[in-house]
Amino acid sequence: MSSIDCKKITKKFGDFVAVRDVDLAVKAGEVVCLLGPSGCGKTTTLRMIAGLERATSGQVVIAGRDMNELRPEQRDIAMVFQFYALYPALNVGQNIAMPLHFEKLTKDEMDKRVQRVARILHLTEVLDRMPGQVSEGEKQRIAVARAIVRDPNCFLFDEPLSRLDVELRHSMRGQIKEVLAGLSKATVIVTHDQLEALTMADRIAIMKDGMIEQIGTPHEVFAKPANVFVASFIGTPQMNLIEAEMQSFKSGKATVLLHGKPVEISAGLAVANLKTSKITIGIRPRAFVPVAKSGKDTLSAQAELIEPMGAETLIHARSGTGSDIRFVVPREKRIKIGEALHLQLDPSQTHFFGEDGRAVRA
Amino acid sequence: MAAAKSFSERLGFRKASGVGEAGWSQTALAAFISFVYFLPVLLIIITSFKLQTEALSVPPKFLPTTFFGLIPEKFVFTPTLENFTSVFSRAYSSGGAIENTGFDRFFFNSMFIASTSVLLALVIGTVAAYGFSRYPLKGNDTYLFIILTTRMLPAIVVIIPVILMFRVAGLSGSYLGIILLYTAFNLPFTIWMMKSFFDELSLDVEDAARIDGSSEYRVFFKVCLPQVVAGLAATFVFGIILTWNEFLFALLLTGVDTRTVPVAMNQAVGGGGIGVLWGLLAAIETLFLIPVFFVTFFLQNQLLRGVTFGTVKR
Repeated sequence: MSSIDCKKITKKFGDFVAVRDVDLAVKAGEVVCLLGPSGCGKTTTLRMIAGLERATSGQVVIAGRDMNELRPEQRDIAMVFQFYALYPALNVGQNIAMPLHFEKLTKDEMDKRVQRVARILHLTEVLDRMPGQVSEGEKQRIAVARAIVRDPNCFLFDEPLSRLDVELRHSMRGQIKEVLAGLSKATVIVTHDQLEALTMADRIAIMKDGMIEQIGTPHEVFAKPANVFVASFIGTPQMNLIEAEMQSFKSGKATVLLHGKPVEISAGLAVANLKTSKITIGIRPRAFVPVAKSGKDTLSAQAELIEPMGAETLIHARSGTGSDIRFVVPREKRIKIGEALHLQLDPSQTHFFGEDGRAVRA
Repeated sequence: MAAAKSFSERLGFRKASGVGEAGWSQTALAAFISFVYFLPVLLIIITSFKLQTEALSVPPKFLPTTFFGLIPEKFVFTPTLENFTSVFSRAYSSGGAIENTGFDRFFFNSMFIASTSVLLALVIGTVAAYGFSRYPLKGNDTYLFIILTTRMLPAIVVIIPVILMFRVAGLSGSYLGIILLYTAFNLPFTIWMMKSFFDELSLDVEDAARIDGSSEYRVFFKVCLPQVVAGLAATFVFGIILTWNEFLFALLLTGVDTRTVPVAMNQAVGGGGIGVLWGLLAAIETLFLIPVFFVTFFLQNQLLRGVTFGTVKR
């Protein structure tokens, strides 16, 4: 049974704690993305699962077996590296066949397996070439082919698409997802690209400073970010995070001082506990609706910068005390620079964060 | 209209195209400089075909033929192979049997000692370099520095303790002794050179091999070594050239049976009280050039890649 279970794994390099108490469980057939800015410990976590780094403390369990004392070659895993790590001295076919030497197959059997994965990944024509003679996209597919040629306990991907150009990245994302779906193995993908994580993962673990900030489905981490960091990291354009002051809470409506103007927002009862403290309000750029008249639930602002994005237009606006607000309007909506706007908030896409940065929800 | 092939193109010269390809004047300049470098070697080769009188004549006779009367007679010598035969055997004018000079043995010694010690240094040095590169010790750089210190002194400085040690150990005059010495002599260079090659390799590839089920031995032999073949070749050639030409250690530490060519050369031309036999000396030198020339020639592609390794960003 293919599964990965990390129990409170920690990695220290000298005094520097790269990964701290990470708990991560991946079931068979599940794809989990480790997502975070560079230096957040996601690759170190992956390397600990692979056995390329030894965990300072904690336990890595793969397929029900404790792996802490086992070297990478004994863990029966497959990994795709960021820079593909193809063997320069071997041709493409030999590269793909490399993991099979482990299994002591006959030459025929080996050829058959290589041919099979080469067909899946459209590599049949380049099998005799050297790694230096194939394109970047082909290198990437060779690395994937080498991973799936065997039947390992789990798959690990380290930034698999970061070296490809945008177009190739889109098509490879689909291809990898398709290949993985047919294998039903526990898979961990490390990426710093949220789009990659949102599209490929069953669950996303967002990491920062060596810790997992939130694990959830792509929908969960987008709709219910656990804290300010996750809220700001997931979603493009970035969520507006506005420092505010809680004024009062009455019958399901919170009154909040936003840029010096009291605004009324419907909220759950838990928000009541935030009374009068400094809080942060998170509003997705698509949660603002420009309306004709100022009201209790609107914010006034002045358009400053207009960025057309095709189907939609991103507007940067300046409100009262001078903070930047980003919001998105449909392409048809014309807004001029300097125009005074009244922005109505959609309470269902507005998030309350307490002083400690954690989300507060009913 | 397709342009007709120019004369130079038909000769096999590619037309200068693109940035950095040399024109005719640069090519001529490079050829001239190369010729200046090669001139001493050329003189030796020519002299090896001359008799003693021709070798000493002024003006020098530098061509073996008149080129159908184009060159004046006084610049032309008559090529002879006499010098080459007298490298290996000599007869005295006073009569008596033809005597073997022992140079066949000396050539064998030179080849045997140089190749064995360089290969030995390559094997030990490569493994050591891999260790230094991949499993650094505490104070790794200090060890590397200490290894290099033996090469910071001229040979003449270390030769006396070495002679004393060899005498006590009974290694003087034996193959084992001189081979061990040359191995030790080549090791620092080999370790430093190979370490720089191993340092250049991508660690990811080795990690990938581990994950693909390779043991550390397999990682070294199947993944790392094939990537540093050029480095091995370059190190081998440099080692061979150094060892092949080494004189001082060989002079003091080899015996009659284990003498190498540079030592024997010195002894063959010096004696007899009739001055330096230039033709004989040149013949020995010409023969001495051949093995190392072939080694370098056959490994030149690897050598070029080896010495330019790491200068080009991957």
